[in-house]
Amino acid sequence: MEINAFIIFIAAIFTSNILLTNFLGMCSFLSVSREVESSLGLGLAVFFVMTFTTAINFVVYHFILVPLNIIYLQYIIFIIVIAAFVQLTEMIIERFSPVLYYTLGIFLPLITVNCAILGVSLFLVIRDYNFLQSVLYGAGSGIGWFIAILALAGIRQKVKYNYVPAGLQGAGLSLIITGIMALAFIGFSGIVVIQ
Amino acid sequence: MNKKKEIFMISAFTENSVWRQILGICSALAVTNLMQNSLVMGLGVIFTLALSGFTISLLRKYIPRRIRMMVQTLIIASYVIIVDLILKAYFPEISKSLGPYVALIITNCIIMGRAEAFAGKNKPFDSMIDGIGAGFGYMLVLLIIAFVRELFGFGTLFGYEILGDWWTGWSIMIMAPSAFFMLAILIWIIEGPLTTRKK
Repeated sequence: MEINAFIIFIAAIFTSNILLTNFLGMCSFLSVSREVESSLGLGLAVFFVMTFTTAINFVVYHFILVPLNIIYLQYIIFIIVIAAFVQLTEMIIERFSPVLYYTLGIFLPLITVNCAILGVSLFLVIRDYNFLQSVLYGAGSGIGWFIAILALAGIRQKVKYNYVPAGLQGAGLSLIITGIMALAFIGFSGIVVIQ
Repeated sequence: MNKKKEIFMISAFTENSVWRQILGICSALAVTNLMQNSLVMGLGVIFTLALSGFTISLLRKYIPRRIRMMVQTLIIASYVIIVDLILKAYFPEISKSLGPYVALIITNCIIMGRAEAFAGKNKPFDSMIDGIGAGFGYMLVLLIIAFVRELFGFGTLFGYEILGDWWTGWSIMIMAPSAFFMLAILIWIIEGPLTTRKK
């Protein structure tokens, strides 16, 4: 409980990377990582949405669901909050920054069904984080996801023209690359530990 | 009857969500360190897929197209809550070790995918069979991966000791990277040698 919020932030990026150790957000991770540019856009969008939805979901959980004693509705409420936030962000960006809309806009609808976003909100309830810890955990996870997808996209561009055995092309190869990346990230595990 | 069987076979094997379409692998990777967890997870997904397919198909003419994603998500979430409450009530140990992954069935792309691709266009009972088929194919993948990981990682299956005292568990099999490797190898075997020989 009394973990320094900054430690959680670092741990969420490196040692407990939401993608490489908790396997969340794999679907869009594998399908969007063909090019560096598009994965940059998606990574930024995930970071942005994740940071804000964890904050909102924390407030909703502790000030609405707990007092009213309807914790069992948390999944539905969380997914509604996420969907509504994504919709809102889309409209605001479209109105005020067309340039940003064209780089981020197409990825925003994808994010509603990204399990990493919902997963982070569920983890903060299970691990009983306070507000600062939750927000930093959300932001750290977003950055961790961003780093992972960017690295995979970079590697996939390099191996694009290499010879790959039949059946291993596409998803199979991406999974093996991700596995090696996960192994590399285990190297960080001595720095900090959170559960 | 034959048609029902065909729907089942197609969604379970020929169009298997995991190795053909690479959907829903978040949870496929996360729970596969133990056979028991994989079995429970698989059954939960079958339950949700079957009933949400049935419900969505039943309501398919009344759901406005523009908000259908939202409605589908809410239907799926309600069934997932049922699964979660049942697990919490009768199997608190398993529920604890699965952690948030039960709730993450909501965002499991398989369920959304089947709802979009099948339940939205077909009759309720066909959709239910399709859901059971897709869930069965998913559970099969989970169990295969979990079999290897638990056997080599702990030397046990379903918690029973198989390999005896002389076996030293491979700690890599318990850690995250092995899940990626196992799934990649499974896809490689199925998509490579098995598929090309059939042609």
